[in-house]
Amino acid sequence: MMEFWVAALALTVFLYVTLDGFDLGVGMLFAFDRKVRSRNHMISAIAPVWDGNETWLVLTATILFGAFPLIYSILLSAFYLPLILMLVALIFRGVAFEFRSRAGALAGVWDFAFAAGSFLAAFIQGATIGALVEGLKVVDRRYAGDAFVWLSPFAALCGLGLCVGYMLLGASWLTYKTQDDVQALAFRTLPWLLGAVLVFLAAAFFSSIAIDLDLLNRWTDRPVIFIFPVIGAIACVALSVAVCWRLPLLPFLASVAIFGAAFGTLAVSFYPYAIPPAVTLKEAVAPESTLTFMFWGAGIFVLPITIVYTLLVYFIFKGKVNPEQEHY
Amino acid sequence: MEITALFLSRLQFAATISFHIIFPAFTIGLAAYLCYLEGMSLRTGISVYRRLFELWLRVFAIAFGIGVVTGIVMAFQFGTNWSELSRRTGSIQGPLLGYESFTAFALEASFFGVLMFGRSRVRPSLYFFACFMVALGTTMSAFWIMVNNSWMQWPVGFIVRSDGVYEPTDWAAIVFSPVAWVRFPHMLLAAYLTTAFCVASTGAWHLLGGRFKSEAGVMLRTGLGLAAVLVPLQLGVGHLTGDYVHDKQPAKFAAIEGRWNDEQPATEVLIAWPGEKTEQNYYQVGIPYLGSVIGSMSFSSKEIGLKSIPIENRPPVLIPFFAFRIMVGCGLLMLFLSWVGTAYVWGGRVEHQRRLLWLIFCSFPVGFIATLSGWFTAEVGRQPWTVYGLLRTTEAATPFLQKFEVTFSLALFGIVYTILFVFGSLYIYVLLRRGPVQGLKSHVAIGNPKRPLSESTEAGLIAEQGHVS
Repeated sequence: MMEFWVAALALTVFLYVTLDGFDLGVGMLFAFDRKVRSRNHMISAIAPVWDGNETWLVLTATILFGAFPLIYSILLSAFYLPLILMLVALIFRGVAFEFRSRAGALAGVWDFAFAAGSFLAAFIQGATIGALVEGLKVVDRRYAGDAFVWLSPFAALCGLGLCVGYMLLGASWLTYKTQDDVQALAFRTLPWLLGAVLVFLAAAFFSSIAIDLDLLNRWTDRPVIFIFPVIGAIACVALSVAVCWRLPLLPFLASVAIFGAAFGTLAVSFYPYAIPPAVTLKEAVAPESTLTFMFWGAGIFVLPITIVYTLLVYFIFKGKVNPEQEHY
Repeated sequence: MEITALFLSRLQFAATISFHIIFPAFTIGLAAYLCYLEGMSLRTGISVYRRLFELWLRVFAIAFGIGVVTGIVMAFQFGTNWSELSRRTGSIQGPLLGYESFTAFALEASFFGVLMFGRSRVRPSLYFFACFMVALGTTMSAFWIMVNNSWMQWPVGFIVRSDGVYEPTDWAAIVFSPVAWVRFPHMLLAAYLTTAFCVASTGAWHLLGGRFKSEAGVMLRTGLGLAAVLVPLQLGVGHLTGDYVHDKQPAKFAAIEGRWNDEQPATEVLIAWPGEKTEQNYYQVGIPYLGSVIGSMSFSSKEIGLKSIPIENRPPVLIPFFAFRIMVGCGLLMLFLSWVGTAYVWGGRVEHQRRLLWLIFCSFPVGFIATLSGWFTAEVGRQPWTVYGLLRTTEAATPFLQKFEVTFSLALFGIVYTILFVFGSLYIYVLLRRGPVQGLKSHVAIGNPKRPLSESTEAGLIAEQGHVS
C-alpha cells in the first residue's frame, strides 16, 4: 500500500512540476515581450489549463498530509516563509490573470503582478527543492534548522535554475500552441534557455561537489542513476534538432523529458529518504489503516478521474490558439 | 495579553478560515437552490426560473472561485502553523481533509465546468444532472469537513502510539460519529438559511426598486418560504448540537451558559457580562430552572459550573458566551422575518410592505453572522484543546515558529484577502444589481471552474454598457 502512495505522490509532483511549470514559464516569458498583442497571445495559450495545473499542487499537499503526515509536518513548517510567499504569489498571479485585460489604465500593474508572481512562485519552488537537496536538520521528528535555509547560495542557485527550467518548458509550450511572431520568438529564445539550463546544471553539479553534498554518495552506490543524465542528454539533442528544424510539438516533449530526467535523478538520489538525511519514506508513512482508507476512495476513483479530466481538457484544447478569438 | 507566535497563528487560522467559510456556506446552499431553479425550469418551462438560474449561477461562480482559492491556503496551513497537530493526527485528519479536496475537485470542479460551458452542448437532463452533482459535491465537501472537525471535538476510533501519533483503528466510528451526524445537518441547514436570506434579500431589494417584479417575487417567495420551514428545523437540530456539548464538553457548555458555580436546579442566563477574572457575572438576567430544563430536560438536574473545572482546562468565556447569543439571536430574527414575510407573501400584499421589505433587504448578512458566530462558539469553546481532552493548542502549534514569520504571513494574508473580498463582493454586487438578464441568449461561456472572475467581469462590462446605452 505504501508503494501505491509513493507512486501516486511521485506522479502528482511530476505532473505539477511539468504542467504548472510551463504556465509559470509562460508567465515569466511574458515579462520579456512588451507588445500587448503578443502578451494576449501568450495568455491565451495557457488560459484554459493553468488553474487545472495548479490542482496538482493541492493534490500533492493532501496526499502528503494523509499518507505521509511526518513529511507534511516537517516540510511545511520548515519552509514556512517561502510557502506562504508562494501561495500569495500564486493567488496574485491568478487574480492578475483575470483583471489584466479589463483594468484599463491599471493593466500594466496587473501585467507586472502576473510576471512577478510567476517568477516568485518558480524561484521559491526551486529554492525549497535546493534546500531539501542540501538536507534538512531534523531533531526528534521536528525541523531544527533556521527559517532561511531556502536562501542558502545553493538553494538560491536552484531557485534561479528552476526559473530558467520553467521558462524552457514555457517557451517550448508556446512553440506548440502559438504561431507567427510569438512562435518565432519562442523558437529564437529556446537555444538560449537550453544553454542557460545546461549552465545551471553544471553549476549545480560542481557546487554540490564543492559543498560535499551527501546525496552524491547515492550516485556511486547506484550507478543505475546515470541512466537519467543520459536520457536528459538525448532530450537536449532532440530539443536542439527540433528547434533547428522548427518542429512544433517536439520541443515541449523534449523539455518534459529533460524535466523527467532531472526528476528521476533526484528521486533515485533521495530514495529511501523523503527528507535527506533525516527521514525515510518508511518512517514517515501513515499507518496501514489510513493508507487503505484513502486507497478505496481517493486512490482508485478520484485520482483516475482527475487524470481523465485533465486529459480531456487538454484534448478539447488541442491545436493552435487563436489570439484574436480567445484573448483575455 | 502577550502577543506570541502561537497567538498570531491562532489569529491567522481564525481569520483565514472565517474568511473561507463565508464562501462555502454560501455556495452549499446556492448549489441546492440552483438545482431547484433548474428543476422548476425543466418542469414548468417558465422562463423566470431560467433567468434566475443564470443570475445565481454567475454569483455561484465568484463565490466558488474565492472558496477554492482560500481553501488552498487552508490545505497548507495545517502543516505550516500546526506542524505538531499534523504530525500527530495527520493519519486521521489528512485523509478526511483529503477527501474534502478530492470531492471538491472531482465533483464540483468538473461538473461545474459543465454548468458553465455546457448549456448548449449537453441535453437538459444531463445539465440538470450536472447541477445535482455540483450540489452533491458541495454537500459532500461540507460533510468531510464536519467529520474532521467533529473528530477534533470528540475524538473516537484511534489509539495513541508511543511516538504521540494518533493511529486510526476504526474508520466507521470516525465517519459515523454521532457528533458529526448532528453537526453536519446543523451546518447544512445553516448554509441553506444563509443562501435563503441572500436570495430573499435580493428579491426584496429589486421589489423596493420596482425592478424585475416577477423574478424578485420568486426570489422573495422561495427564499422566505424555505427559511420559514428550515429555521424551526434548525432550532431543533441546534438543540441536539447543544446536547452533545452538554454531555461531552461540559467546560464549553458552562462557558456558553455563563455558569460559574455548580447549580441545582440551574438558572438559564439570558444575558450578562461574564467577568473572567472575578469568576462571576455582572448585570445578569436569568430564568430560574430553565438552565436545568435546557441542559437535561428536568427541573432539578445539577448543572456543572466553570469553577468545577480546573482553570487550565477552561475555555475563554466571553467569546463563546456572546457568539452563542448572537447566533441564537440571528436564528430568532430569521424565524420572525421568514414567518411574517411568508404570511404577507401568501396574502399577496408583500409588495406594499415597504418597511418589511427593507428589513428583509437588510437581513442579507444574517445567515453569515449566524454561521460565523456558531463556529466561534464551537471552536473557541473547544479551547484550550485542539483535539478535545487530548492535545492542547499550545502543543499543536509549530514549536519553532517565530513571531516575525507569523506577523509577516498574517500581514500578507490580510492584504490579499482584503483585495479578494473587495473585488469579490463588488462583482457579486454588480451582478445582483444588474439583476436577471431579459431576453436570454444562450450564453457563450468563457468561464472556468476556478476562474470565475472572468464571468463576472464580463457581466460587469455588460452592465456598464447597458448603463451607457
